[in-house]
Amino acid sequence: MCSRSLAGSAVMAMLLLSACQREQRESRGQPLAETAPTFVQLPSVLIAGSQPAPADPRGKLYEGNAYHISEGQRLFEQFNCSGCHAHGGGDIGPPLMDDEWRYGGQSDQIVASIAYGWPNGMPSFADKLTEQQMWQIAAYVRSMSGNVPKDVASSRADELASTPPLTRTPQQPIKGEPGGGLQGVAP
Amino acid sequence: MIARRLDEIVCASLLWLFGVAASSAAAAPPLPVAPVSAAPAEDGQWTMPAKNFASTRYSALDQIKASNVKSLGLAFTFSTGVARGQEAAPIIVGDTMYVVTPYPNYLYALDLKNGGQLKWRYAPKPVPAAQGVACCDYVNRGVFYEGGRVFMNTLDGQTIAVDAASGKEIWKARLANINLGESITMAPLVVKGKVLVGVSGGEFGVRGWLAALDAASGKLAWRAYHTGPDKDVLIGKDFKPFYAMDRGRNLGVKSWPPDAWKIGGGTVWGWISYDPALDLIYYGTGNPGPWNPEQRPGDNKWTDGIFARDPDTGAAHWFYHVIPHDLYDHDTINELILLDIPMGGRMRKVMVRPERTGYLYVIDRASGQVLSADPFYEHINAYKGVNLQTGRLVTVADKEPKMGKVVRDICPTAPGAKDWNPSAFSPRTGLIYIPHMNLCMDWQSTQVSYISGTPYIGANVRMKAGPGGYRGELTAWDVMRRRPAFKIKEDLPLFSGALATGGDLVFYGTLDGWFKAIDARTGKLLWRFKTGSGIIGQPVSYRGPDGRQYIAVLSGVGGWAGAIVSANLDPTDPTAAKGFAGAVPDLKQRTAPGGTLYVFALPGR
Repeated sequence: MCSRSLAGSAVMAMLLLSACQREQRESRGQPLAETAPTFVQLPSVLIAGSQPAPADPRGKLYEGNAYHISEGQRLFEQFNCSGCHAHGGGDIGPPLMDDEWRYGGQSDQIVASIAYGWPNGMPSFADKLTEQQMWQIAAYVRSMSGNVPKDVASSRADELASTPPLTRTPQQPIKGEPGGGLQGVAP
Repeated sequence: MIARRLDEIVCASLLWLFGVAASSAAAAPPLPVAPVSAAPAEDGQWTMPAKNFASTRYSALDQIKASNVKSLGLAFTFSTGVARGQEAAPIIVGDTMYVVTPYPNYLYALDLKNGGQLKWRYAPKPVPAAQGVACCDYVNRGVFYEGGRVFMNTLDGQTIAVDAASGKEIWKARLANINLGESITMAPLVVKGKVLVGVSGGEFGVRGWLAALDAASGKLAWRAYHTGPDKDVLIGKDFKPFYAMDRGRNLGVKSWPPDAWKIGGGTVWGWISYDPALDLIYYGTGNPGPWNPEQRPGDNKWTDGIFARDPDTGAAHWFYHVIPHDLYDHDTINELILLDIPMGGRMRKVMVRPERTGYLYVIDRASGQVLSADPFYEHINAYKGVNLQTGRLVTVADKEPKMGKVVRDICPTAPGAKDWNPSAFSPRTGLIYIPHMNLCMDWQSTQVSYISGTPYIGANVRMKAGPGGYRGELTAWDVMRRRPAFKIKEDLPLFSGALATGGDLVFYGTLDGWFKAIDARTGKLLWRFKTGSGIIGQPVSYRGPDGRQYIAVLSGVGGWAGAIVSANLDPTDPTAAKGFAGAVPDLKQRTAPGGTLYVFALPGR
């Protein structure tokens, strides 16, 4: 019909899309970076002569999206993350549901840990996961400590009901957020 | 014979089984003894974690006894510098004590002539990444002394011979590959110039083995795998298992889905005993991997069973499959106490094994025949018993894990009615003192993929207190009467070893740090001392250079039971620590990490 209604529906569609960002599904991450991680910011270290870079904005995108968190939850089991971290309470690896982070609790820091591993036992998954999958797992890990919006946290449990639902998990503020640099003390 | 309290009620059928006439019920049955060749006369030392090849953990020293234990006090302490689970037994040779720590596996020599002063420290510097493949804290269960050398293992898979006088490294051999999930936590055992060492990693899809190194050079003498073709398992013409279920060719391949044996577990991280008369070593193999039993249909040989082998060649002589097709991670790696017991009018060579299943097995150590399997743990609901005709353990269908459902209230749990922490046998009472647990669990099987270097488990578990609410128990088991003489209920699961002494005392520790002495005949608590952290170590006794009797134990919570404290886990998630967090959510309020040696003695003369 007339161009005005077309424009109107376009505006409506944009509004709807932004409202539904939590349900937005991307089968491939944007920007495409399915090779080795490109980020260089290492968590929880002092940078001589400089200040930590601001947090990678992709963290917020993944943390605000229910689909990505749901995928992260699935991958967390499938790639044996739960074998070492249980369902947030920890085991061989440290807990992920509390407010203590050896190597940083921001999404980009968690992605760095997944990608590079750590000398004290955390394996590197750079050969096993795409960068998008790492961001999805990181977003799910953030949800374990209540650090994602309540309306995107997964309401399903993949394991036997052992912890309070993630949608009701109280937030554990991460020390030093944002910007990194300040972290909890490793036990 | 020593005086002993007689029970009014005598089970005639049991006495009949052991060939004692019912009319002689008024007299106590004769007591079992440890074979002298495996348990020589007391020398006041403690040169291996199990005290002797018969694994009695009994010291005949008797200065400390019921009448004076009240005045037992601290002689000295020593900080190990590592605040992780201290599972090792201190080793005492002459006037020196050797203590090994959890990762980074420091080895200390302490001068007993000089109040426990540090003589030397040896640091093997294991690869830190090994911490990521240690299922249940970074523990080490002790060192072994022989011929001027201390033999030790490191978490990252090395076996090292250290000069006992100087602390200098003599040789070092790398046996395990952490990139395959392999690690080493057990104490080595040296038999006939061979250092016997097994691999840990049953939660990482390793292919389990036991290796023998030449004690002089560290060169590999033989390695027996516990899955795969017979030639790898060192099964040959000498192999004569007692039960039909354990006979056949290449069962280590055939009892698995195709290729699953290559990542099938069967580790060795517990205890080895040795009978010099029969010239056989005995040890148990660990759980099949993954825990999820539906991913490995079949009997899963040679996991979860007991091997008898020739120490020179490793050739298998017999095998008893304690748990074919394990459903619950019930590694059969516990201690095997070698005893000779009067039975049917003669002394029968047996070994006694308090098992994770909750049954105490008496097994003919020449043939591998199971003579009896009695429940020392009273709340077993996952098993109905052992069929002594076929040797097979009878499982309970309702409690069998199935994918897609949660099976609730399975007793005992994955760590079993009794885990690795060894019991002690006193020849004076004929009792075996078993420190164990009373826990049950909910289990959910999940499909798991093998990714090397990551856990290969496939189960979500949460544990809880068993019926009655008490979580730990010390059972004094009467071997001849086949029943408990007494039981002591403990609030927390017992994860420490036990020590029996000639003064008729039994020592053990609790997860919140109490070190206790009880009367070996009645179980009465006679003395206790609060150590700095929870106790999961193995108490020992020795005669010091001054002629006095000492009791030593390492304090430092950790291991599977105490990982919630040592690794600072979050008990909000009861599946943390493979479900053990659910059983001890209060432990962080009751103790803190630590690592201290405590040595006790009576006041000086």
